[in-house]
Amino acid sequence: MIAANLPILQVIAPLLSAPLCVLLRRPGAAWAFALAVTWASFAIALTLLSQVLESGPISYEIGGWAAPFGIEYRVDMISAFVLVIVSAIGSAIMLFARHSVASEIRRERIYLFYAMYLLCLSGLLGIAITGDTFNLFVFLEISSLSSYVLISLGQDKRALTAAFRYLVMGAIGATFYIIGVGLMYMMTGTLNIADLAVRLPAVASTTTILAALAFLTVGISLKLALFPLHAWLPGAYAYAPSMVTAFMAATATKVAVYILIRILFTIFGGVDVMAGMHVGVILTGLAVIAMFAASTTAIFQPNLKRMLAYSSVAQIGYIILGISFASETGLAGGIIHLFNHAVTKSALFMVMGCVVLRVGSVNIRAFDGLGARMPLTMAAFVIAGLSLIGIPLTVGFISKWYLILAALEKGWWPIAVVVVLSSLLAVIYVWRVVEAAYFRPAAADAPEISEAPASMLIALWLMTGASVYFGVDATRTLDVALGAAKLLLVDRI
Amino acid sequence: MAVTALTMAHLRNLFGVVMLSGVFSLQAAALYVALDAVDVAFTEAAVGAGISTLLMLSALAITSSMEKSRKGVSKGPLALAVLTGVLLIYATFDMPVYGDPNAPIHQHVALHYIKNSGQEIGIPNIVTSVLASYRGYDTLGEVTVIFTAAAGVLAVIGRNRRSRGKDKKNGEKSMKFKSVLRVTSKLLIPPILLFALYVQFHGDYGPGGGFQAGVIFASAMILYALIFGVGNARQAIPAWVTRSGIALGVLLYAGVGIASMLMGGSFLNYSVLASEPTLGQLIGINLIELGVGVTVASAMVTIYYNFAAKAPEEWTPEEEEESEGDL
Amino acid sequence: MEFPGLFNYWIVIVLMMTGFYIVMAHGNLIKKIVGLNVFQVSVFVFYISMSKVKGGTAPILRPGLDEGVEVYANPLPHVLILTAIVVAVATTALALSLIVRIREEYGSIEEDEIIAQENNQEEDQ
Repeated sequence: MIAANLPILQVIAPLLSAPLCVLLRRPGAAWAFALAVTWASFAIALTLLSQVLESGPISYEIGGWAAPFGIEYRVDMISAFVLVIVSAIGSAIMLFARHSVASEIRRERIYLFYAMYLLCLSGLLGIAITGDTFNLFVFLEISSLSSYVLISLGQDKRALTAAFRYLVMGAIGATFYIIGVGLMYMMTGTLNIADLAVRLPAVASTTTILAALAFLTVGISLKLALFPLHAWLPGAYAYAPSMVTAFMAATATKVAVYILIRILFTIFGGVDVMAGMHVGVILTGLAVIAMFAASTTAIFQPNLKRMLAYSSVAQIGYIILGISFASETGLAGGIIHLFNHAVTKSALFMVMGCVVLRVGSVNIRAFDGLGARMPLTMAAFVIAGLSLIGIPLTVGFISKWYLILAALEKGWWPIAVVVVLSSLLAVIYVWRVVEAAYFRPAAADAPEISEAPASMLIALWLMTGASVYFGVDATRTLDVALGAAKLLLVDRI
Repeated sequence: MAVTALTMAHLRNLFGVVMLSGVFSLQAAALYVALDAVDVAFTEAAVGAGISTLLMLSALAITSSMEKSRKGVSKGPLALAVLTGVLLIYATFDMPVYGDPNAPIHQHVALHYIKNSGQEIGIPNIVTSVLASYRGYDTLGEVTVIFTAAAGVLAVIGRNRRSRGKDKKNGEKSMKFKSVLRVTSKLLIPPILLFALYVQFHGDYGPGGGFQAGVIFASAMILYALIFGVGNARQAIPAWVTRSGIALGVLLYAGVGIASMLMGGSFLNYSVLASEPTLGQLIGINLIELGVGVTVASAMVTIYYNFAAKAPEEWTPEEEEESEGDL
Repeated sequence: MEFPGLFNYWIVIVLMMTGFYIVMAHGNLIKKIVGLNVFQVSVFVFYISMSKVKGGTAPILRPGLDEGVEVYANPLPHVLILTAIVVAVATTALALSLIVRIREEYGSIEEDEIIAQENNQEEDQ
């Protein structure tokens, strides 16, 4: 019975645990329970991925109603891959969470914090697995509402305004998405993604569908913080509690990218959106600007969480660049960068969490001499930083390699040069931190500090290790990414 | 409606703006009735005109009620709004004509519901069939959203244990002398609760269901809190009850889904719950509607308690009409 | 393209854009939320408008009544909008609670005043 119901359990398990957490109320119990659930959902995601690799897409009819009439869960290679990314990060961060949350969140709110976290996780998983556009909206809202709350629980009062700004932007984005869905529904009479893919080509040239595409793309771009719609992101990431930033940076924007991929390549799969409607060119342009503008802004940020947030905007640029090529290599590069950036960025933000716990600040001045005082934490920063830049033997290299290949394939060599140049910008902002940590002495009045607690270091090094391991041996991730790209572009199922 | 919306854009008195937004919702609800969407109208009137407005008034009472003056029209946003509007008007060019029975949306999925829901589910209200069964999973998501909001409000402005002692004091000083109000509301509350129960269990036949019932139930509670003070309301229904309620409703809903999995169907497949598929559907739908009702009612009351606990002073009688408007 | 047939949608679009404008242009946080509500409600009206069928009735089957009444309004948008209304009220509640907290911390709910305070704070660091 469990085997047949895996797709629904993937989402239902964390979703149901949230109310249970509210009933539990004890911080320790809530944490332990949430930890168990996230690891279980990671196991489910891995099982689903292996099933999909073996025997192709899985479809699950909720309520026993056949596809376009009921809501369908559909797991194919790319959704299984995203499920694994989200649940892997989600479970590793739970290890990290215990000390970090205990020090940053008021004790009587911790159980609510974990409930929100579980809801956010199930919302993201629900988006990745669903085969229905409206169901996607519902889960988008679950994850959004809970992430507004999570962000607003940051210690700084600016967390509140950041959360509010994100809420307004997020609500506008979701409303745009729902307008787009409405327009598509109007012309096709269906909400099911697979059914839409079949029915859209017949009406693709109508103005209604063109407008639908525009609304969907803009709405989702708001969610994924595509330049110039990224204004909410730096504040939200900078002032959210540390573990929330690590989680959101690694998952929320990635899932939004997944939605965009679904829209462009599955729903509009039968229509030549990328070339015929100039979506490809627009996205390429925005991606390039994002890579440069955001990286340059990152260099001048004294608050390092904010710096990494701008770096995220730039990295989203890389992913979108890969998608905008609409070629197998490019799309695979974008998809694999989803994974690579998730691993790398969550490691970097975990470093920030460790530093907040011990030093109490993420200002660049607080990092003076930290290399000697928190050696393990800062070593992880160096390795993850190298991966962010894209040095060989790290995951960052693999994705950039594919992006450059894809650019050359198309003969767009200036784009390839741009990718390399913008990586040099990353060198500058990563180096600022390394310089402070290793080549500047600690301030004379710096308090005595110890290394971060073991559980946090384990989580941190899991992610750091992953960004090296999959950089050295990328066959497994590459297989999935290439397979997913082929599925989306060639086989179209 | 357009006039209302434009006035809202200009008016600087926030109290007036909020009232107008309530009016706007009511107008929308009236329009829904004209468009044959009775269930939606019911919900919009209760939620948009009732609960939303009430919450906004609570927030206004805590913050300030005048907007700062500003000069002229902001050009950037206006241009963006106009651009979006033009895009939408462009979209309408190829749309099926309003009310056209041959439009694609009336042909494909919806036609299946209209033709077959009578047999497959066995209850007359098609909206309820689709809501609770065909797309029951969306409704579970919707309940989860409400749960998220209520727990979120608790997390953001929830009270500390320390401030609990204040309850009693608040309760005593509130509207001691408004005996007319007290008597009227004592007369009103029981019928409201009965009506809530009727809406809860009558959703299969007429418009209504768990969501609307939950809102009505909550409005009765809020009315009580307005007249007798939040402190007394908290004694009648303590915060821990509502807090557990929001969780239990979701659990009940999902529990039905898990039960159907245990009985060999897929998640939320109510047909396997009983020997006859339609009987199973009936049981399933009523149970999940109950879950919806419990969560919605407790969530609304929880949210209201927390806003009221932040308010500097007790409510003025004007707001009382608002929640009666829910009827 | 038939002019009168689309007129209904155009009014809805004007409403949407009014709401959208209020959200973006106004600095008062509560007014932003009111604008958001107007925007969302107009989208709901848009959905409900497309569910209307000329000569149809509310989608409730009445087996006792004559079988001839076969034209019902499309129930699916109704269901979607029921869900969306709930989502909207949830968003509103959460937004208002954030506003209350912002007011506590900053003493203001005007965007420009809050930004000014934040900038001051940044210089202090």
